[in-house]
Amino acid sequence: MASFQEKFIQCFVTEDRYLFFIKGLSNTLIITIMAAIFGILIGFLVAIVKTTHDRTGKLKILNAVCNVYLTVIRGTPTTVQLLIMYYIIMSGSTNKILIAIMTFAINSGAYVAEIVRSGIMSIDNGQFEAGRSLGFNYVQTMWFIIVPQAFKNVLPALVNEFITLLKETSISGYIALNDLTRGGDIVRSITYETFFPLFTVALIYLIIVMVLTHFVGKLERRLRAGDR
Amino acid sequence: MIAKGETLFKINDLKKSFGDVDVLKGISTEIKSGEVLVIIGPSGSGKSTFLRCLNLLEEPTDGEIFFEGNKINDKGCDVNLLRQKMGMVFQQFNLFPHMTVKKNIELAPLKLLKISQDEAEKSAQSLLERVGLPDKATSYPAQLSGGQKQRIAIARSLAMNPDVMLFDEPTSALDPEMVGEVLELMKELARSGMTMVVVTHEMGFAREVATRIAFIDEGRIMVDKPAKEFFENPDNPRLKEFLSKVL
Repeated sequence: MASFQEKFIQCFVTEDRYLFFIKGLSNTLIITIMAAIFGILIGFLVAIVKTTHDRTGKLKILNAVCNVYLTVIRGTPTTVQLLIMYYIIMSGSTNKILIAIMTFAINSGAYVAEIVRSGIMSIDNGQFEAGRSLGFNYVQTMWFIIVPQAFKNVLPALVNEFITLLKETSISGYIALNDLTRGGDIVRSITYETFFPLFTVALIYLIIVMVLTHFVGKLERRLRAGDR
Repeated sequence: MIAKGETLFKINDLKKSFGDVDVLKGISTEIKSGEVLVIIGPSGSGKSTFLRCLNLLEEPTDGEIFFEGNKINDKGCDVNLLRQKMGMVFQQFNLFPHMTVKKNIELAPLKLLKISQDEAEKSAQSLLERVGLPDKATSYPAQLSGGQKQRIAIARSLAMNPDVMLFDEPTSALDPEMVGEVLELMKELARSGMTMVVVTHEMGFAREVATRIAFIDEGRIMVDKPAKEFFENPDNPRLKEFLSKVL
């Protein structure tokens, strides 16, 4: 039986196998960050359309589109969405990273939309009236007054969504994309060694999540300055 | 800007319903520049709704409102431009909690009147002095007392240099010991010649500061008299009943 040290060398050093982890991690981060950015963009737009509709009765068609989007995306598994995107919608493309980013952005956007919407709804209507009565139009009132407060309220939930997104990208292997999880799994299948590859992968995810949680704690404390 | 004594608001047969409930059943009056019109009446009488119709926070169901000669409840009217000329003070203050006091005051002049940061800061500081809170510039609303919040809310409205100030029960959410400081500021504002429309339960303020008092009940103006005559010999039975309860 090979010693602990030999197994370590076998998993990381031989044939530069650590590169599987590095390359995988970089793909995972690219997908997560890009999907998060576009997801937040989609989420805010959908949330604003929906709250505008609720408040003013305008944007009927857009609101209906948003409702279909939310229902379909939240009602089907992400893995299935990824496969549909890869084999059907984007079947002409071989850019797997792009396909993954699109899938996860569209998926995350639906959850962000509901988070942001609840944030906007939680702001007292008096804030809205104060903005409007100063002479701000609807969009300005949203932008200067409502959204900053809503953002602060939903920041913890948004970060949770980001963390979920990070972990969810681990299904990228379904379209043979070499993300962090698949990188570890490849090393496992080459070496027949399970412990090091899988725990390394788990540890890397865990560290990212912990770092993220730490920074958000700091940010939250700063944003809360006005509440004291 | 309209000269003192000329008509600022003209309201013809204003009606407002919420669903099946008719809140305003035909209100007609004029408000002249420099006037301090105090509106009193039992709760649910429609006085707040009337005030909120003046800056179109509530859209009138029927009737006409003219402001500085232009009909404002009209499709072609730029509501946002209009509201810049009307300050509004709310019962619940509605300061922006995510901004410092100074930012609260500066925001609208900076973004809407497009004045420079320097100018905005100067004007904010002088307004803070005017409302007696020069040292609160960097505080957040949550750090202020109710009375201080309302004084800042008044300063925020004044920063837009409005032609009229609308007050919607400005002291109703305050602890009794803080009512005085807000009323004092409002008196100072009235003395400076500001046109004011005030919905309030403060009869002392009405008696002392109002140039005219209107009693609204069941969606109509029942009594509308110069302040001096208002409390002497109230002949309207509903007003008599109301006064006997609040005085």
